[in-house]
Formats: sequence, structure tokens, C-alpha cells
Amino acid sequence: MKTIIKYVLLDLFRNKVIMVYTLILAILAISVLNLDDNASKGLLSLLNVTLLFVPIITILFSTIYFFNSIEFIELLLSQPIKRSKVVLAEYYGVALPLAAAYGIGIGVPLLLLAPSTAAVTLLITGILLTLIFSSLALLIFVKSKDKTKGIGVAIITVLFFTLLFDGMLLAFIYSFSDYPIDSAVVGIIAFNPVDLARVLMLLQLDVAVLMGYSGALFKKFLGSATGSVFSIACLLFWVVVPLLLSVRIFNKKDL
Amino acid sequence: MIGVHQLTKSFGKFKALDSISLQLSKGQTVCLLGPNGSGKTTLIKSILGLVIPEAGTITIDSQAVKKDWQYRSGIGYMPQIGRYPDNMTIEQVIDMIKELRPEHTVYDEELFHGFGLDKLKGKTMRSLSGGTRQKVSACLTFLFSPGVYILDEPTAGLDPVASELLKEKIGRERTAGKLILVTSHVLSDLEGIASHIVYLQDGKLVFYKSVEELQVATGELRLNKVIAQVMKEGLRA
Repeated sequence: MKTIIKYVLLDLFRNKVIMVYTLILAILAISVLNLDDNASKGLLSLLNVTLLFVPIITILFSTIYFFNSIEFIELLLSQPIKRSKVVLAEYYGVALPLAAAYGIGIGVPLLLLAPSTAAVTLLITGILLTLIFSSLALLIFVKSKDKTKGIGVAIITVLFFTLLFDGMLLAFIYSFSDYPIDSAVVGIIAFNPVDLARVLMLLQLDVAVLMGYSGALFKKFLGSATGSVFSIACLLFWVVVPLLLSVRIFNKKDL
Repeated sequence: MIGVHQLTKSFGKFKALDSISLQLSKGQTVCLLGPNGSGKTTLIKSILGLVIPEAGTITIDSQAVKKDWQYRSGIGYMPQIGRYPDNMTIEQVIDMIKELRPEHTVYDEELFHGFGLDKLKGKTMRSLSGGTRQKVSACLTFLFSPGVYILDEPTAGLDPVASELLKEKIGRERTAGKLILVTSHVLSDLEGIASHIVYLQDGKLVFYKSVEELQVATGELRLNKVIAQVMKEGLRA
């Protein structure tokens, strides 16, 4: 498995898309952090950039890369290697460079210009989101038959988590506002990695109450420490579950 | 060497393979023929474990192949389309496959030098033409001198020189007593290579005969005439 990861990494670290992605993130980070003396404001802007860009770029890039590697995966499978190893190696091979791109693009400027616990949290959040959305991309890849459909599903998935989910949550809160649904809402948020990431970050910044219903609820019900642990645990769950599902499906997939 | 027993596979309603039974042994060069969509590639992929059959068994050296993956170390597979990660060089691709099979230390690099890939080894896969990529696939297939070769349209996209070289190589491996399973639409390429013909149609085995038998039955000598005659008359097994 290490061999495959090594060579996929060799391929992807020379990939132009990854380079441009790193560069754009770095430019955004430097310019946003230099705009204002208040580091907390800069972090908030970077959080929004992260929540907007990381999921869509990660899921699209990974899905396309996986579909383009079908013939290569076939070749690997015709070698004496276990199926689960091939698919996991492909995942690590894609997720690691994307996470590294985020780590370098956002992480380096952040730790140089505004080092703080909140900065480290943002970094962890972004990397976790990368791992989650490449894991979802893998699941989409093993489930769909052709590339066009796969990319379509990937776009819908990311729109669902970044836009639709919040809309549905709001509709839910609005229609059941007469009932005590607060803890239910906290539970529902666990089903959206993007919301989880937002909450995790906002709890750190102490602006939870300013940033909408979900943040306020987390603050109120879970407190900072428990809230953070809960959201990190849920985020890790979001990495592992699609990954394990993908391996299971891939083991029975026809190529 | 390879035994296929009552192999069945369907994709949705479409039956790609319909209880195929075959017994292939050492020293044979078996040529898989049939119209497009007759199940040739599905059969090859089932043997390689890329496609998981619904019913039937495949045995290699009388060992049933199911979840076991080690058996593939005895097979060299050349796919119809070879695509590799864009930014990998030829050398890296070959090194990677070598590293994936650490049990081999002796490599057959005849084709690597024969095709002149040693001069191109620093080039990235993206910059290669389809034919050159096909040459890389061929090199990888023969690298470990396996006992079984599975070649899916090996000469498609190769220039005449390379195609001749590959055919000579296949001939030598055949003399060495290897089992070779090959599909091709270019019948003249199989002339003098094939010892047996397996003909598939709509997922069913139409016949499995030696070339001599077919020559006698049709009264023709050249392979493409033999096959044309067979297809016209609908010879049954």
C-alpha cells in the first residue's frame, strides 16, 4: 500500500491544479490577514473562505481524479494486491496532497501572521473538511458508474451540505418553533460536516452567539470544551464512515 | 491451467456471460474471438478478478479463485486501454510495479529495450501517444515472466515494427510453454500465433477448437478465411 501511496503522491505533488489551489489559498490568507489589525476578524473571513472553497474544490478534484484513474486502478488490481489496499491507497494519495495544500496555503501565513489557538483550530478544521470531502468523493466514485454522473452527484452533495442543509434546518426550526427542539437541532447539526466545522471554529472565537442559531445552541448546551470535543468526534466520524463504506462497496465492484 | 466452470455474469438485464465452461492448459495460445459486446473482456476480467461473477467458478492450477488475490502474481495482464497517472514518468510506473511485486528480482526487460523505452524513460505519461502508452503496458505485462498471459487487444495502436516485435515475443513465450489468452479483432495479427480459438457470441460459448481442426473443417488455411467461413456457416461446437 505504501508503494502505491508514494507514487500517487509523486504524481499529485506535480499536479498543476494542486499548485494553483495552494497559491490561491496563500494569497487569500495573506491579503485577508493584512486587511485588519484584528486577527479575530481575519480568522472569521478565512473561516468563510474555508467553508466555501474547501468542500467544493476537494470533492470535485477528488471525484475527477478517481474517475480518471479507473484504468490505472484496473492495472493495480491485476497485480497481486488486495482490493481494499488499492482503494485506500488511492484515497490517501489524493487526500494528503489536498490537505497539504490547505496546510501550506492557509497554515503557513496564519501561523506566521496571527499565531493563536484559534488559528490552529482553523487549520485542523480545514484539514478535516478536506479529509471528509475526499472521503465522500471516494464514496461517490465507487457508487457511480460513469464520470459525468459522478461529478453531478458530487456537485449536488456539496451544495446540499453548504446551502440546502441550512435552509432545511431553518425551515425545521421555523415550523416547530413552538416546541422545545433545541437539543434536536444540535443533533441535526451533527449530520452536516460543514456546520460542524463552523461550530467548532466559532466556539474558539467566542463569537458563537453572533453567528447564527447553531453556534448559539452549541455554546449554550455543550459549553466550549465539550462542544469542541463533540464536533471533532463527529467530524472524524464523517471521515471514517464514508471511507469504510467505500472499501466495502469497492470490494464487490465490477470494473 | 485455467479452468472456467459455468461462469455467469449479467449487468442488469444484459447477460454478458451465460454459463461459460472452458479448460485452458499450458502451451496453448488461445484466441478469444467474437463480435463487439460478446463478453470477451468480461471473461478476461472475471479471470483477473476485476469483475465478480454471479455464478460459476474459476480455477487456476486447480485452485479455486475467490477472495484470494495472490494468484494474480502468476498472471501478466495487458489491458485494452492503458492510462496512467499524468505526471508519472515511464520509469516511475515501471519501478512502482516492480516494487509492488517484491517477490520477483529477475526482470524480463527485452521489450523495454526493444521498444526503445529506455530512451524515453524520463517522459511523463501525459506527454506520451496512445501507442507509446500501449508499449509501456506491454513491457509491464512481460516484466515478470508469469506463467499466464492475458492480452486484451495487444496490437491495437502499435506501429507495424512494435506490433511485429510484440508478436515475436508472444511466439517465444508460447514456445517456453506459457499459456497465452489473447483477444484481437485483427485476425492477421493472430496468424501463426493462435493454437486454439474460442468463439463467443451474446455471452455464450459457440465453439472452442484448435486451429488445425478448424482448418480441416473449413478447408481454408488462412485464419481470417477460416473464421469468415465459420461465421458464415455458423459452425457449432
